[in-house]
Amino acid sequence: MAAKSQVNLSQGNPSQATIAVRQPGQDNTTRLILVGLGLAAAVAAPFVLYPVFVMKVLCFALFACAFNLLIGFAGLLSFGHAAFFGGAAYITAHAAKVWGLSPEISILLGTVFAGLLGLAFGALAIRRQGIYFAMITLALSQMVFFMALQLKFTGGEDGIQGVPRGHLFGVFDLNDPLAMYYFVLAVFLVGFALIWRTVHSPFGQVLKAIRENEPRAISLGYRTERYKLLAFVLSASLAGLAGGTKSLVFQLASLTDVTWQMSGEVVLMTLLGGMGTLFGPVVGAGIVVTLESYLAGTNLPVPVVIGAIFVVCVLVFRRGIVGELQALMARHRKS
Amino acid sequence: MFDVLGVPPQVLFGQLLLGLINGSFYALLSLGLAVIFGMLNVINFAHGALYMIGAFVAWLLLNKLGLGYWWALGLSPLVVAVVGVLLEKTMLSRLYKLDHLYGLLLTFGLALIFEGAFRHFYGVSGQPYPIPDLLKGGQNLGFMFLPNYRGWVVVASLIVCFGTWFAIERTRLGAYLRAATENPVLVQAFGINVPVMITATYGFGVALAGLAGVLAAPIYQVSPLMGTNLIIVVFAVVVIGGMGSILGAIVTGLGLGLLEGLTKVFYPEASNIVVFVVMAIVLLIKPAGLFGRER
Repeated sequence: MAAKSQVNLSQGNPSQATIAVRQPGQDNTTRLILVGLGLAAAVAAPFVLYPVFVMKVLCFALFACAFNLLIGFAGLLSFGHAAFFGGAAYITAHAAKVWGLSPEISILLGTVFAGLLGLAFGALAIRRQGIYFAMITLALSQMVFFMALQLKFTGGEDGIQGVPRGHLFGVFDLNDPLAMYYFVLAVFLVGFALIWRTVHSPFGQVLKAIRENEPRAISLGYRTERYKLLAFVLSASLAGLAGGTKSLVFQLASLTDVTWQMSGEVVLMTLLGGMGTLFGPVVGAGIVVTLESYLAGTNLPVPVVIGAIFVVCVLVFRRGIVGELQALMARHRKS
Repeated sequence: MFDVLGVPPQVLFGQLLLGLINGSFYALLSLGLAVIFGMLNVINFAHGALYMIGAFVAWLLLNKLGLGYWWALGLSPLVVAVVGVLLEKTMLSRLYKLDHLYGLLLTFGLALIFEGAFRHFYGVSGQPYPIPDLLKGGQNLGFMFLPNYRGWVVVASLIVCFGTWFAIERTRLGAYLRAATENPVLVQAFGINVPVMITATYGFGVALAGLAGVLAAPIYQVSPLMGTNLIIVVFAVVVIGGMGSILGAIVTGLGLGLLEGLTKVFYPEASNIVVFVVMAIVLLIKPAGLFGRER
């Protein structure tokens, strides 16, 4: 019975299996060219687009990639990732503003905090499976929301405002938008590389085995709980890294970052881009952030549009954008 | 008068009554969630939004059509049930063969749409809804003052909860329902129309949410945000109680409401998070939930 309640999101998504397998040489070159183009675009972006906007996209892209590590590769739907994102934002902001620490130490503290929170929440949540896992993470993150609302240091409704960006390693002045941008880009790339490495490691393969068939993984001798917990902690830490960085970009940590709506948003980014694909969450984050900044200028209610995209994605577009593209390419290769 | 641990009895019993009322809503909502989950294997995130719609339909009936509380008590759940049946027929029914999580994601999207739309048209501030004439005033019980309406809410939700329990556990229709929860294919083979039963179950489950919305309207104000924050607490209630048993859902809902009331008296800062703390403790001691069966 346990197998039934276990998440199996790879259903109807045969292309997922190809992610881990090494592609033939030609595909590798195409992939390298694409990655190179993407990197070039990321380096050139602040000269074309508004830097804060691109930094926001990068922070949310990292957040979504961290979330995707759980849902896409371990099959665990966390509905409370805002707790790690927003919690780390508060810690980073407090460390930079009140304790006057340097930006890299502040972000590190935020990340460590998110990791510890992830350890506590993960240890509780992995005691149940499937739908209960989602409900437990949601409830625990709502607890963090109420604490952020009531504790003294978080500033209640106002949040922590005017967070100083400071000097990176005491040398680079992050008040310069370009310096800040390349710092955020570096953070994103380090986080993404870590996720890439995790997914392609033996550890990542065990996670996929758990996603596909947990009882079987157990019978093969894997202590699946430890793997799931480690994946949860890793995902929470990376979400914290994204949140801490975001609080320096906007010089603000606020209640918005810890709401359940934020948890829902990161689910949507991942779903829209493609669960279980490496680049899907990046694409999804880009689209959602762009859409929201566009909608902010119109009279349309944002939650209704977001909700409608959710419904459409679940009903007819479950592979997401990158997932569909991969499926298309796989079909093309066969014929 | 006597004090309990330094707290005047009026305050203590007042908060306990509030807790009992909150608990009645937890019970009604978690009951609906449990009935729906048993049959559809879907966790209905839109439950809070439908509770909100129930309250809003009552408010609209009064302000647009001049139909009062007692009309709303019948019509509102009916409207919500119709909305639910439409949702089930057009959307949810396409997801049964997929992973259960897609049902959660779909209903989450629906909740965002409903809440966002009502917020767009009615703003975030609450709309007042008057207590019906018949239930105005209150009783002096000696140790506390009991407003009639609040007493009515507790009694009404208890009647509905136990009525539902009786219908599911003790009637023929309920027996079909329980059988279909265990093995829908076999029940269908006996000539019972299971798809219709699934639709009706969803309609009934959300009608309970609509009814809770009408009951809540005169106590809390009618606001687009009233449902979603409540539903997260109800999720915690469901995790604590486990969704295996109807009575379990009722008892857990009422108990946690009372506990929340007590916390408000003795340590108000923690009253928002006490349910979540209890959830964490229950997960540590009895992961399947107090009344749950591990599936």
